Amino acid sequence: MDELIEYGPELFSGFTKNLLLSVLIAFFSLAVGTILAAMRVSPTPVLRAAGTTYVNVLRNTPLTLVLAFCYLGLSDTLGLIFSTEVPLTNSFWLAVLGMSAYTAAFVCEALRAGVNTVPMGQAEAARAIGLTFFQSVRLVIFPQAFRAVIAPLGSVLIAMIKNTTVVAAAGYTVDVAAVMRETFDTTGVSIPIFIGIVLAFLAVVLPIGWYTGWLSRRLAVAR
Amino acid sequence: MTSASVLFDAPGRRGRLRNNLLTVASAVVLLAITVWAVLKLAEKGQLDARVWEPFLTAEVWQGYLIPGLIGTIRAAVLGAVFALLFGAVFGIARLSDHRWIRMPAGAIVELFRAIPLLLLIFFLWFLAPSVFGSGDYALFAIVLALTLYNGSVLAEVVRAGILAIPKGQSEAGYAIGLRKGGVMRLILLPQAITAMMPAVVSQLVVLLKDTALGYFIVYVDLLNMGFKTLPSAYPGTKLSAAVVIGIIYIAMAMALSAFATWLERRSRRSRKTAARPVAIATVDGGGAGGA
Repeated sequence: MDELIEYGPELFSGFTKNLLLSVLIAFFSLAVGTILAAMRVSPTPVLRAAGTTYVNVLRNTPLTLVLAFCYLGLSDTLGLIFSTEVPLTNSFWLAVLGMSAYTAAFVCEALRAGVNTVPMGQAEAARAIGLTFFQSVRLVIFPQAFRAVIAPLGSVLIAMIKNTTVVAAAGYTVDVAAVMRETFDTTGVSIPIFIGIVLAFLAVVLPIGWYTGWLSRRLAVAR
Repeated sequence: MTSASVLFDAPGRRGRLRNNLLTVASAVVLLAITVWAVLKLAEKGQLDARVWEPFLTAEVWQGYLIPGLIGTIRAAVLGAVFALLFGAVFGIARLSDHRWIRMPAGAIVELFRAIPLLLLIFFLWFLAPSVFGSGDYALFAIVLALTLYNGSVLAEVVRAGILAIPKGQSEAGYAIGLRKGGVMRLILLPQAITAMMPAVVSQLVVLLKDTALGYFIVYVDLLNMGFKTLPSAYPGTKLSAAVVIGIIYIAMAMALSAFATWLERRSRRSRKTAARPVAIATVDGGGAGGA
């Protein structure tokens, strides 16, 4: 217990970095994932193929490799540098870039699956009563797709928050996992520290799971 | 578009023109991005033969990539076997009639699904030497962590698979005089296995990708051998090494995914089960990626 109190402030500051990363990545991956989903359902074969390729590549590559590639490939080799003075700031944005790119593929798949849950008859009925394309998307398809997407998006969000522990692969070595590892290196393994960090993650992840689960059941489309 | 879509009506003359214009415009944009990327790579000397040649030599494959690949596959196979056992035991335990079995099993499954996998790997890796004495516990830590995490997700898949079977099946089993064990073994499990196979294989893809976390605890896997050891022996190959091992990972994962899709199609056709296939997305936390 003493170790947890002694290293508590450092670990907490590491954990806040995970939370900050999560918020930024959630924002960027939702934006990019939405664009990708739009590409994958568009009537343009070129865009569909590009979207499919992106999703297949990013979804089947380990996140560790994606982040290490951002760090050693994009930044070291190709010279993509966000900050020349502070290496950690550079790594921070590389981590945001890599994880957003990775998570966007899963967001895209969740959104696309949501659109596909809307039965064909709904769209046909919308067209039959004379709605235009945008009207039918806005009034008929999107409201139903949105409800089907809440729970899967919640899962993606939870997985992403847990995945922020991997950012050390992008050189950002001050997140909670890296701090925990350093602590273990100096003091040896500490069960209270591990339990403390796990509880911190549970406190963030479980409410999100409960809330999205509750919301999706409450809003579920009766069919 | 050949197949019918929820979103779009079959386009008329103006619609077709618009779609064609959109196709041309997007092709131009994508082409511009590709050209820019190629120019950038060439500018940094990443298209030189020097950078790619090592991957055509036998030493690189024999000395680095194949041993790494064997390490990855070893961790993945061991993890998969134990995770499947763990999943089967805990999935069935969660459906037990006895509260003292059901509750702890549920708590364990929920807990291990919520712990970030890398934290678990670090913890086990540092814990093992102080419990079992010094030694190399990298494989142990990865396999145990993969088992606990993926096993918990698989437990949910097993539970969903058994619950997806219509109630009449078990009622009919009891009616002909079978006991609980018999109903589970002879009626429910054979049908549930068919229904949950696609979801199980999808989770195994996640498990395969998660073996790459061995990178952090210097386990000899494809990522470590291909991305840390190899570029230090052949300077300047960081980017090309990432591309090559990326392709290997993607090929393995897509082969498994294709197998899952094939299984799903087959189990949808077969009449061996009364249950509908379990979608991995219905199990929360499942299929959402892992690391």
